[in-house]
Amino acid sequence: MVDDEELTPLHPNHVKVLRVVTALATLPFVIVALVLEVRAFLFPGAFMVPVVLAALYVVLRIPLRRYHARGYQMGEDRLRVVKGLLFRSDTVVPFGRVQHIDVDQGPLERAYGLATLTVHTAGTHNASVTLPGLANETAMEMREAIRAHIRRDTM
Amino acid sequence: MDSTAPTPQRTNPLGMIALAAQGLGKSALPLVAAMFGLRDEFSGIALVLVALAGVGGIMAVLAFLRWHRLTYVVGAEDIRVESGIISRAARSVPYERIQDVSLEQTLLPRLLGLVEVRFETGAGGKDELKLAYLTAEEGARLREVIRERREEEAVAGVAQEAGAEQDSPPIFAMGPGRLLRFGLFEFSLAAVAVMGGLAQQFDFILPFDIWDWEHWMELVAGPGDWIAHLGPWAQALGIMLALASLAVLGFATGIIRTFTREWGFRLDRTPKGFRRQRGLFTRTDVVMPAHRVQAVQVGTRFLRRRFGWHSLKFVSLAQDAGKASHVVAPFAKLAEIDPIIRAAGFEPESDTLDWHRAAPEYRTDSMVLVGGFFVLLALGLGIFVNPLLGFAPVALGMALVLGEQVSWQFLLHATDARQLYSRRGWLVPKSTIASRVKLHSAEISQGPLAQRRGYATLLLGLAGGTLALRGLPVERARALRAAVVESMTGTDFSELR
Repeated sequence: MVDDEELTPLHPNHVKVLRVVTALATLPFVIVALVLEVRAFLFPGAFMVPVVLAALYVVLRIPLRRYHARGYQMGEDRLRVVKGLLFRSDTVVPFGRVQHIDVDQGPLERAYGLATLTVHTAGTHNASVTLPGLANETAMEMREAIRAHIRRDTM
Repeated sequence: MDSTAPTPQRTNPLGMIALAAQGLGKSALPLVAAMFGLRDEFSGIALVLVALAGVGGIMAVLAFLRWHRLTYVVGAEDIRVESGIISRAARSVPYERIQDVSLEQTLLPRLLGLVEVRFETGAGGKDELKLAYLTAEEGARLREVIRERREEEAVAGVAQEAGAEQDSPPIFAMGPGRLLRFGLFEFSLAAVAVMGGLAQQFDFILPFDIWDWEHWMELVAGPGDWIAHLGPWAQALGIMLALASLAVLGFATGIIRTFTREWGFRLDRTPKGFRRQRGLFTRTDVVMPAHRVQAVQVGTRFLRRRFGWHSLKFVSLAQDAGKASHVVAPFAKLAEIDPIIRAAGFEPESDTLDWHRAAPEYRTDSMVLVGGFFVLLALGLGIFVNPLLGFAPVALGMALVLGEQVSWQFLLHATDARQLYSRRGWLVPKSTIASRVKLHSAEISQGPLAQRRGYATLLLGLAGGTLALRGLPVERARALRAAVVESMTGTDFSELR
């Protein structure tokens, strides 16, 4: 059965991208802590130390765990995408149901040589299934492989 | 006209009247503005007439220009429409992209014998190509032409006897007697609410203040005074009469709404698909190709189910008045519904199906979550407000926890070689039958609780609808997905169409 096969992990650089994104998300908290610190409502480090420690933990640990929770599987005739820590989702899209394919690169992804592959289906649920954190070449190869499966006349 | 000659054509000139009338309806605001601007020169009826004439004149000129500038060509490979008063827009739609042609008649065009022809390409909404207005015959002819062109391009051959459409009996129709019964179940107090709302909005127009309680008291005290003297029996009678009039109003609303919407309901199985005609003032005529039906849904309501009435919908990508699913039998017995399901290439639920329930852990967790919430609420109310108040949430919570148990018992799914069946609800059961081949993706999704407790939701990508099997044991979800994906990979999307 499909589900027992090993998942292919994403490119290791995906962790770095996730870390940058997470760091940006924690930035407002650090700034607030800094302001409170400067105003010195309590003893020195009362705000900065716990907030920075928590931010460090979040930035170092969570992206790694998310990375390990993600993976994909290119089958003969289907693509399987697994993701999510708390809310896990495990999606299978047969190539025969793919309407069109996107390969996107954000500025951050480009800096690390990564790309996001998106396959679109005609279904109302899972109208688009995204797979981030692929090496750019891998994403291109996957696109070509899926496209080879889609019949000419449906394009 | 000769359909092969690429001569540009205009729509029916009578359509100008309908267009102008529509424009007038939409320009209520300019009308009010015109009346406001002219209030010094004219007064009363003259003011209204002059404003109407002015705005109406502009609308008539615009309608003429629109009619004059809109031309269409039924070409060899596509249909082309050029339009625009100042700018010109030319749109070409190849026949193989036209999914279907639908005809719609609103009240005024219907009186003039005109139809609006829409070409459905799947673009949706305002991007669709439409021609307003053509004569009914021209609309029907255009539809035939386009269908024939499409068939020529598709697999040639397959001789079909066109024109036999109306001769064969419909597979489902509703006469006035059926509509009357349907209308009784559509009991609605919406009219009462609307009247109440209007009375509140426009009470300044009324010659008296309806919120003036004393005025009402006087009215009752005057001629109504003798009622008060008749004692409690007469008062009870009065209340009964008031309730009875409400009931009559509610039934009348339901019946009138049903009659206007469903009048002359007729569903035909034509060689090109299912054709549904209905409507008293706005007559719609929709054709759904049978192979585009993705799933069928059988639903009902609480009261009508006691009398064995159900409804049948087709789920498809095409839109039906903003709703994704097409109602093909709004009010029918199951014995009438089953043949329609078979005609669409689906198989109704049979007794041999192996029905499965959701995981017991799923039920337990929902019960604990619901129960826990109400226990907390009861504690909060009991401690901080009044100890007696704490009992109300406990009673409600117990009822809802029991409800979870019952709904779990009636949450069922099954599968056979071709189809996936999903069914839920005890008093108001609803069931969906989807073709396994026509699904587009399969996802197993688990929240934090579900991961620990070993159940999952199987979400299936269905074009134009949703199909989710909740709370399945993980093994069952995996096996189902593997089976369904196996059916899907056997057929390419292009073969589905």
